[in-house]
Amino acid sequence: MKNDAFISIRNVNKYFGSFQAIDNVNMDIGEGEFFSLLGASGCGKTTLLRMLAGFESTSDGEILIDGQPSADVPPHHRPVNMVFQSYAIFPHLNVADNIAYGLRKHKLSKPQKQEMVDEMLELIKLPGYGKRKANELSGGQRQRIALARALILKPKVLLLDEPLGALDKQLREQMQLELRALQRQVGITFVFVTHDQEEALTLSDRIAVMSGGKVLQVDTPEGLYEAPKTREVASFIGNMNFFQGTVRRNGSSEAAIETQGLGSIPISLEKVTKPDGAPVQVALRPEKFELLEEEPTGGHFVSAKMDKTAYLGERSHYYVTLDGKSEPVAVSSTNQFVARDDDRWKEGEPVWLSWSPEAVVVLDAD
Amino acid sequence: MADTSLSPAEARQSAERIKTSWFSALLYRSEALRGYLLMSPTILILTIGIIIPFFILVAMSLWTRDGFGFDTTLTMANYARTWDEPIFGALLQRSFWISGVATVATILVCYPMAYYVAFHVHKNKMMWIILMTLPFWTSYLLRVFAWKVILGYEGVINSGFMSLGLIEAPLEFLLYSQTAVIITLAHAWAAFAILPMYVSLEKIDKSLLEAATDLGDGPVARFLRITLPLSMPGIIAASFLIFIPTTGDYITPALLGGPDGAMIGNFIQLQFGPVNNWPMGATLSIVLMLWISAIALVFLFVTKKAQDKIA
Repeated sequence: MKNDAFISIRNVNKYFGSFQAIDNVNMDIGEGEFFSLLGASGCGKTTLLRMLAGFESTSDGEILIDGQPSADVPPHHRPVNMVFQSYAIFPHLNVADNIAYGLRKHKLSKPQKQEMVDEMLELIKLPGYGKRKANELSGGQRQRIALARALILKPKVLLLDEPLGALDKQLREQMQLELRALQRQVGITFVFVTHDQEEALTLSDRIAVMSGGKVLQVDTPEGLYEAPKTREVASFIGNMNFFQGTVRRNGSSEAAIETQGLGSIPISLEKVTKPDGAPVQVALRPEKFELLEEEPTGGHFVSAKMDKTAYLGERSHYYVTLDGKSEPVAVSSTNQFVARDDDRWKEGEPVWLSWSPEAVVVLDAD
Repeated sequence: MADTSLSPAEARQSAERIKTSWFSALLYRSEALRGYLLMSPTILILTIGIIIPFFILVAMSLWTRDGFGFDTTLTMANYARTWDEPIFGALLQRSFWISGVATVATILVCYPMAYYVAFHVHKNKMMWIILMTLPFWTSYLLRVFAWKVILGYEGVINSGFMSLGLIEAPLEFLLYSQTAVIITLAHAWAAFAILPMYVSLEKIDKSLLEAATDLGDGPVARFLRITLPLSMPGIIAASFLIFIPTTGDYITPALLGGPDGAMIGNFIQLQFGPVNNWPMGATLSIVLMLWISAIALVFLFVTKKAQDKIA
């Protein structure tokens, strides 16, 4: 990624007064990549996006866009366009004029402009909407027009600031799919800001998880979910169960981790770098556990007691208690074989928990 | 009507419990009546203070003077005179010119102030607005006299420039001229211009400006394509608020205008005062009113067209 980096963010810091909004961020975004900045509100993701757009300056460090240092380039000369959280549709212009807004400098004839606008309306699946007034549009339509208005300029990078945040759940899911398809179709680099981890996982090629102005981890969705590097990332993306443990090296071929609650887990040497006796944490996703009625004959398992259950339709969430661990363990399983109320686990029932050592993530102790 | 199970007697009793006066019930049922009730004080004042006098004015404009009384036979003679005698047309034209220039000057001076407070002041906006209306805390007449002191033959400007050696003799065009009237009017009506323009600028969503910049507009293009059209309602309101009352103003031209600065208001005042030709005064007032309405309509039409063009 280093060589064909399209956007390079190098040692960037941003201070608002004494408050540090961006803390020494380094990352590279490839050409044509769908890149997400994910984090809770106030983590600095929007500030970073606005720095790419040119609405905020960097306090120090530099940002290269397409190899060009961008510090002295004002927003209206950058090869990037932005879709605003509020969409910022110009209220005094109709749909066609909104979409054609940025074409002013391109010195095109009216029919040429018209043709490009029609093409865009086709792309966002709103053909024939050109004459509509801005206030006659629904939220989803405004969002698409904001997209078209930016895409018509064929920017090298499209910046999206939580563009789906204001839409209801169904429309949001539909727009996610469309956005992803659109990005494939136009092949432009997308930098997408969101606080919704599911959205980030669905859409992105790679995700940067941010917190407190720092980038915690940059990885693919699978990488972030299956192999988080820190406890913060692990608990921010999805649910995670954590177990305290100690490294046990008893030979050269294999290591094991002695955990509180799950017993001894064999771990391949690639996953543990710590010496014998070092404290670590072991993390396991709720869906990596299997709930069994009978004691299994092989593999890794412990006995547990069902504490709480929650039925969510396609899947159920359970909390089970283990000996040697004070907080309950979250388990998630599909309801593939649940047809009636009786088929589900009852609170207080004894169960067996089984898991595979491959699914185990080893993290540094706190 | 959920409680259908109640016996008639019980129903009556419970109906009595929540009985309201027929008047409030009537008000509750009729939204139109509520509206009229709310408007009634205004309607009353409008009728007594404006509509009745207006019809008296119309009637009087159709009379003629007869010695110290009126000849009440209806005639269009006064209107014919305002059309035929060039003095009336010239005065009217000058009035529109002076108040038109004053309006434009006021808008040009006040728009940046309103813009500054709306976009660049983040704390104590209200205090800024109050400070801008500060001149309004003294009487209009006093402000006019103050300008007389500033612009006069031996006034602040002339004596200041002379003591600095910038000029040899006092500048005579300052006082008793159209310039003096325009300056005074523009200053006197500034607060009326700032408030509506501030309100319309303040309402503009800042992300629209960022979006325009993002789409390639520099500061000037962004101002012309976004800020100006979106603040147009404020500019139009301000223009009307200044243009209409200043056209008929007579204090300022009377005190500062001199012979060149006299406006139609002064002439109307003459008719009702020293000349004692009330029917003529009434006719001139009506003619002025009609012209202002016509200009206002044209202005509205042109700005509407211009806005469509910019878009």
